[in-house]
Amino acid sequence: MTFRIHVPSDTTAKARGADRIARLIEIVAEEHKVDVEVRRNGTRGLYWLETLVEVDTDAGRYGFGPVKEGDIESLFAAEFYKGNVDHPLAVGLVEEIPYLKRQERFTFSRIGINDPLSLEDYKAKDGFKGLANAIQLSSQEIVDAVKESGLRGRGGAAFPTGIKWQTVLDVPSPKNQKYIVCNADEGDSGTFADRLVMECDPFMLIEGMTIAGLAVGATQGYIYCRSEYPLSIENLNSAIQTAYDNNLLGADIQGSGKHFDLEVRMGAGAYICGEETSLLESLEGKRGLVRAKPPLPAIVGLFGQPTVVNNVLSLAAVPFILDKGAKAYADVGVGRSRGTLPFQVAGNVKFGGLVELAFGPTLKELMFEFGGGTRSGRPLRAVQVGGPLGAYLPESQWDTPLGYEEFSQKEAVLGHGGVVMFDDTVDMSEQARFSMEFCVAESCGKCTPCRIGSTRGVEVIDRIRAGQNVDANMELLSDLCETMLDGSLCAMGGMTPFPVQSAMKHFTEDFVKNAASATQAKEV
Amino acid sequence: MTTLKAVAWEPVTAQAIIDELKSKPGALLPILHAIQDRFSYIPDEAVSLIAQALKLTRAEVHGVISFYHHFRTHQPGRHVVEICRAEACQSQGARALEAHAKAALGVDYHQTTPDRNITLEPVYCLGNCSCGPSIRVGNDIHADVDAARFDELVESLKTDRVEIL
Repeated sequence: MTFRIHVPSDTTAKARGADRIARLIEIVAEEHKVDVEVRRNGTRGLYWLETLVEVDTDAGRYGFGPVKEGDIESLFAAEFYKGNVDHPLAVGLVEEIPYLKRQERFTFSRIGINDPLSLEDYKAKDGFKGLANAIQLSSQEIVDAVKESGLRGRGGAAFPTGIKWQTVLDVPSPKNQKYIVCNADEGDSGTFADRLVMECDPFMLIEGMTIAGLAVGATQGYIYCRSEYPLSIENLNSAIQTAYDNNLLGADIQGSGKHFDLEVRMGAGAYICGEETSLLESLEGKRGLVRAKPPLPAIVGLFGQPTVVNNVLSLAAVPFILDKGAKAYADVGVGRSRGTLPFQVAGNVKFGGLVELAFGPTLKELMFEFGGGTRSGRPLRAVQVGGPLGAYLPESQWDTPLGYEEFSQKEAVLGHGGVVMFDDTVDMSEQARFSMEFCVAESCGKCTPCRIGSTRGVEVIDRIRAGQNVDANMELLSDLCETMLDGSLCAMGGMTPFPVQSAMKHFTEDFVKNAASATQAKEV
Repeated sequence: MTTLKAVAWEPVTAQAIIDELKSKPGALLPILHAIQDRFSYIPDEAVSLIAQALKLTRAEVHGVISFYHHFRTHQPGRHVVEICRAEACQSQGARALEAHAKAALGVDYHQTTPDRNITLEPVYCLGNCSCGPSIRVGNDIHADVDAARFDELVESLKTDRVEIL
C-alpha cells in the first residue's frame, strides 16, 4: 500500500525547512521499507504549524506539525503515515483545526490542498469553471456580475472593481489594444496573500486575468511581480506555460474565438512601483515616477492605452464570482465591504498566518481568537494595519469592525489586510521615525513634500527623541505631516503621515518619555 | 544554498541577451535583469550597449538603473545577504539582528566583506511576515533568524556547502 504524504512548498514553509523535511521523509521511508508518495502542496497558511506534514486517509487529511528534522524518526516510529496515530505533533484532521474551520475561504479554497502546478488538481476543485461561464457571457454581462458582487480593489484603495472594468470596456482604444495589468508588487510589510496566490494557486490568477480580458476586450495581460518573490515568479511562469499548452491562454481559448496572452514581468525592488501609475511607468521600461491623475489608467494606461490595473487578490476573487455567482460573494460582509478579505496576521503573533474572513469581525477577534496574542507572551501594545502607510492602532481602537468605512472613521486603513502586532517593548517614536525613513528610501522623488519632507521628518523626530525643544518640534512635525498629506500626488507622501500622526496621537508618552530622559541625562 | 554564479563580463554574451529581448514592449527592465542575472551586476560597458540597442541615451539607462534598489553597478561578493528591515520583522527583533549582522561581518549595508564573500543589503519585506526576522541569501529565504542562526548561516557560506541529503 502506498501512503500519500503532503509537504508544503511555499516560501515560509521552505524558510522553515520544508524541502529538507520532504527529502528526509523519502529517505527514512526507504530505510523503514514503507511505501510513501511525497507530494508538495502549497500551504494552508497556518504558519506556526509549518512544516505541517499531512497524510491522506479515508477520513480526510491528518496533520503533524510543526515538524522539524529531528522529529522524522519518531514520526515513523509512530507510523504517522497511517494518519490517526498518537504523536506529540499530531494535530488531528487538518480541516477540523478551528483556525481553519472558522474561516470563509472563498478565494483560498484550494490553497494547501492542491499541488500548485497541477492543472488537474485545479480543475478538480472548480478550476476554470468561472472562465467557462464567462465565455458564454457578453462582456457587459461579465462586468455586471463583478459590479453586483460588490468587489472592491483589494490592493488597498477599495475602488469598485466593476466600475473600473466598465470604464475600460466603454473607452475606445486608439491602437485597438487594451491591457490587463496585475499589480503583484506586494510590498507592504505584514502581507503575503498575493504571494500565496501566486505560489500556491497560480492558475486562479491566470483564470481571473483571462476573465478580465474577456470582460473589457483586452488581449494582453502582464503580471508585475516584485523581485523579492522568486518562487512566485517561477510558479507563475510554469503555470502560464501549462495554460498555453492546454489552450487556456493564447488564441481561440477553449474554442471561444477569444484571445488572451499573459506574461510575467519582474519589478526591481522599488516599493513605489506598487502605486499603479508608477507600476505602468516601470512596465514601460522607465523610472517608476508617479503620473498625475487624471487621466486615469483606465483611459490612458499602459503605453497610452486603456488599462485595467488590479491587485492580485481582486483578480483572484473573480473566478469565484463567475463560478458561484455574484450574489454568493456579495451575501457576506458588512456595510459597503462585501465578500471576504484574506487577512494576514503577522509580526509579534503567536498563531500567525492567513485568515480569510467575511468583512465584519473586530480587529480584536482577529488578533486574539485567531492570532492568540503575541508570540513573545508580553502584552500587545500597538497594531499597524494596512502596511507601512497604515496607522498604528492603540487598544482603544481594537474593537473596530474589519471594514473599509469602519476603519476610515478611525483615521486608519485596512489596506491589503496586513496586521502587524507589536508587544509592549515597542518604542513608538522609533516606529514613527522608521515611517519617515522608509519614505526617504522609497519616494520616487516627484513631489517635494514627499522627497524632502520625509528627510526633514527623520530629523525632526531625531530632535524630539533627543529631547530638544520637544513641544515646538512636535508642532513642527504635525505641520510637516499636514504638508505631506496635502501636497503629494500619490499615497506614498500622502499616507506616510498616517503612522506618524497615529503614533503621536495615541502614544504621545513615547515621544515625551524620550524627551524627559534626554533632559535628565543632560542635567546629570 | 544558492551561490551567485558570476560569469566574467563578455560583450558578446551581453549583446546576445540584449538582442533577444530588445523587441519586447518595455524591454529595458527585462534586459537589465537578464544582464545582472548573468554577470551579477550591470557594468558600465553594458549601459552603452543597451542604450544603443534601445535608442536611448546612456543617461536614460543610467537613470533607470539608479532608480531601482535591485540593480547594482558593482560586482557583489560571492553571496548577497539581505536582511528584512520592515515593520513585521522589527516587531520580532530585526533591529537587534541588523546590528548583530553589521558587527559580525564588519560591514554596513551596501558593503562587501574584505574577503569578497558576503555583500550585505537591506530589503523591505520578503513576505515571510509571520515567522520573522527574515533574511534572504541568493534565492533562499530563512525564517526565525536570531543572532545565533545568523552566525550559523554565515559560517555555512564560508565554504561551499556539500549537500548531504
